Amino acid sequence: MPRILTGNRLETGDVLWWNGSDWSRHIRDAVAIGEEGEALVAELVAAERINDPVLIEVEAVADGWLPKTTRERVRAIGPSVRPDFALPSLTVDVI
Amino acid sequence: MLDNQDQQAVGAAVPPPLSDAPAPLRFRTDTPDDGPIAPLADFLANSNFAAVRLDPADDARALVPHLGRLKLIEVAFPKFRDGRGYSAARILREAGFKGEIRAAGDVLVDQIGFMRRVGFDSFAPAKPLDPTVVKLTLERYPYVYMKAADGKQPVWALRHG
Amino acid sequence: MYRYDQYDQAIVDARVAEFKEQVGRRMRNEITEDQFKPLRLMNGLYLQLHAYMLRVAIPYGTLSGTQMRMLAHIARKYDRDYGHFTTRQNIQYNWIKLEQFADLLDDLSKVEMHAFQTSGNCIRNISSDQFAGAAADELADPRPYAELLRQWSTLHPEFSFLPRKFKIAVIASDTDRAAIQLHDIGLQLIKNEAGDLGFRVYVGGGMGRTPVIGSIVREFIPVGQFLSYSEAILRVYNRYGRRDNIYKARIKILVNELGIAEFTRQVEAEWALLEPLGLDAPQAEYARIIAQFPEPAYDLAAPDTLDLSDPDFAVWVKQNVHAHKQPGYAIATISLKPKGGIPGDASSAQMDLIADLAEKYAQDEIRVTHSQNLVLAHVRKADLYALWSALAEADLATPNLDLVSDIIACPGMDYCTLANARSIPIAQKIAAKFEDLETQRDIGELKIKVSGCINGCGHHHAGHIGILGVDKKGEESYQLLLGGSGAEDTSLAKILGPGFDENGIVDAVDKLVAFYRTVRTGPSERFLDTYRRLGAAPFKEAVYA
Repeated sequence: MPRILTGNRLETGDVLWWNGSDWSRHIRDAVAIGEEGEALVAELVAAERINDPVLIEVEAVADGWLPKTTRERVRAIGPSVRPDFALPSLTVDVI
Repeated sequence: MLDNQDQQAVGAAVPPPLSDAPAPLRFRTDTPDDGPIAPLADFLANSNFAAVRLDPADDARALVPHLGRLKLIEVAFPKFRDGRGYSAARILREAGFKGEIRAAGDVLVDQIGFMRRVGFDSFAPAKPLDPTVVKLTLERYPYVYMKAADGKQPVWALRHG
Repeated sequence: MYRYDQYDQAIVDARVAEFKEQVGRRMRNEITEDQFKPLRLMNGLYLQLHAYMLRVAIPYGTLSGTQMRMLAHIARKYDRDYGHFTTRQNIQYNWIKLEQFADLLDDLSKVEMHAFQTSGNCIRNISSDQFAGAAADELADPRPYAELLRQWSTLHPEFSFLPRKFKIAVIASDTDRAAIQLHDIGLQLIKNEAGDLGFRVYVGGGMGRTPVIGSIVREFIPVGQFLSYSEAILRVYNRYGRRDNIYKARIKILVNELGIAEFTRQVEAEWALLEPLGLDAPQAEYARIIAQFPEPAYDLAAPDTLDLSDPDFAVWVKQNVHAHKQPGYAIATISLKPKGGIPGDASSAQMDLIADLAEKYAQDEIRVTHSQNLVLAHVRKADLYALWSALAEADLATPNLDLVSDIIACPGMDYCTLANARSIPIAQKIAAKFEDLETQRDIGELKIKVSGCINGCGHHHAGHIGILGVDKKGEESYQLLLGGSGAEDTSLAKILGPGFDENGIVDAVDKLVAFYRTVRTGPSERFLDTYRRLGAAPFKEAVYA
């Protein structure tokens, strides 16, 4: 299963996804991460600017990624009970 | 495992190594004791020590019969979130100990205000503290709500003179 | 209501300044996240699934119209235009930014509010009876004592790094509306045989992973000494509570491991040393605080009758209005459980309206209940109809208090990092199943409580029907528990059988209710009573057969 890198921005708490060169608010911008993932996480932990960086497993879907766990799907989209807040990558129906 | 809500157990953290050097941050005017610091068990077994180390699980009250011959009691903080040392210091002050009570180990600037209140008067932090922030922290609160071991009057005493 | 004096305000201002400085050091990377985390948590700031979540303290659940209006302002300015009232009588915001947090704290401090100690391993916000000062069965208003505890526990230097969080509740009547036996310390104001006021002290109650009903550590502690006695309990806990395993770190585990007799012995020995140190506030301080919770200036001419000719109003009065000790007055509960809503959520517009109504009709006082509703405690019966009409226009007059749709739900996996499953959708689906209010009233009092994880913020162990979300190999699954109560007849709900998926748990509740309606002795026998009379077996058969 492909893995992508996520974390929360220290200043805002925003959920972020690693796009290969920078952070995006949208999971569809994420890139699959290989063996280098663990080293990247260790670097981020040491830099202390992104909170709780972690690699998560995802499934490739049309125009992006669908996280394997419900928890990460909720993080990628927003609360399932507030479809009005859903980020544009996915809809709350897939939670 | 992420610890989003700061709940990792602290019980198994390793205490800082014993050191006979004087505390880098000291709120006393007397000369620091330069004798060796004994772990509690060694101190209780040998009456020659004038300085003792309390680890978090040690009972501060075991020292009460010996306070007269003690110059320094060092309380170890293997991890700053282990709060047992706060009770240890205050118990020693309540028992009348006037010597030096030192906080050693994972001692951070954001806790030293509380530590001063419960009776610590010297600090040997694992990582040096910024003196500017120390000063700012210790001067932060003009009033306190409750009595502790620093003689500060709680607001109820100020309110009712 | 308690009003800050210069000392209270100076302490809050200093705390805000301190946290601003700490945030600054974190932003400049002068401290690590591991060091910063307990600091922000002690200021009520969590990092949740989508953003920072802020929990603002509402001491003993009481606030003024001005304070409620500020909560609305904060929802608008710093969040997404809503807030969530919690089972701890506090309010949470879900979309807070750390970089705006200092300004937010400044705004709160302008109305004598803050977020201190709403998280972290310290003494948390003190909770109390939402009917305090209005209930006919109380000995005295318990809130002055809760305020004494608030001050004593705020920035306590010895007890800010406890083994785990610590919750205290205070009541003053035999009817327990604050679940005191499910708190770390539960205090009930009583009179002894000599007629002196004091507290019966329960210790070691709690829900979470290991639910326990509190034990009595002292039958009577005089009111003048309850702070030093609390200090003794906390000291024993701070010294000997377990720190090797976070799931065994609450005081209930210490009490269980020592046994209540040995625990009591240790507390009494500690208190014997502490009591002479003059830790208790003087009588003058008690008098000063008690004087700030006066009887409202009642309108003695207020008529004690109600015009119930509007049937919708009559239904609301029957369900959501309680008797007040003063003739001509009533206690009104505002339901935050409208059809299709999220339990406990209120928009800024709703908060503003409630502030206005409290000022106009309810002595400028609002209370938050642990069932995630709001209470206006002193309303003239003559004003009830106008109040109801205004509430109804804002979807705040659902007549479902204590009924099947008045469900407690924690934020669950829609918001919370700890959750294993979502709670809110379960509550919504169950409420939708029993949509018809006529049916709900026929079912009668039925307290359903949903938690999204074992920590039990949704109080599932105290539910007549409790639902616990668990993770089953990455899928959300729900356990079903029956027979809990957080009232004076406290009991802990027990697991009925194997778990369900989302739709399965809703069907199971439906089956339980249908079975209850066929076997109850009559309309006055509640679901809980029937369960206690018949035991689990027939309910189990009704669900699983």
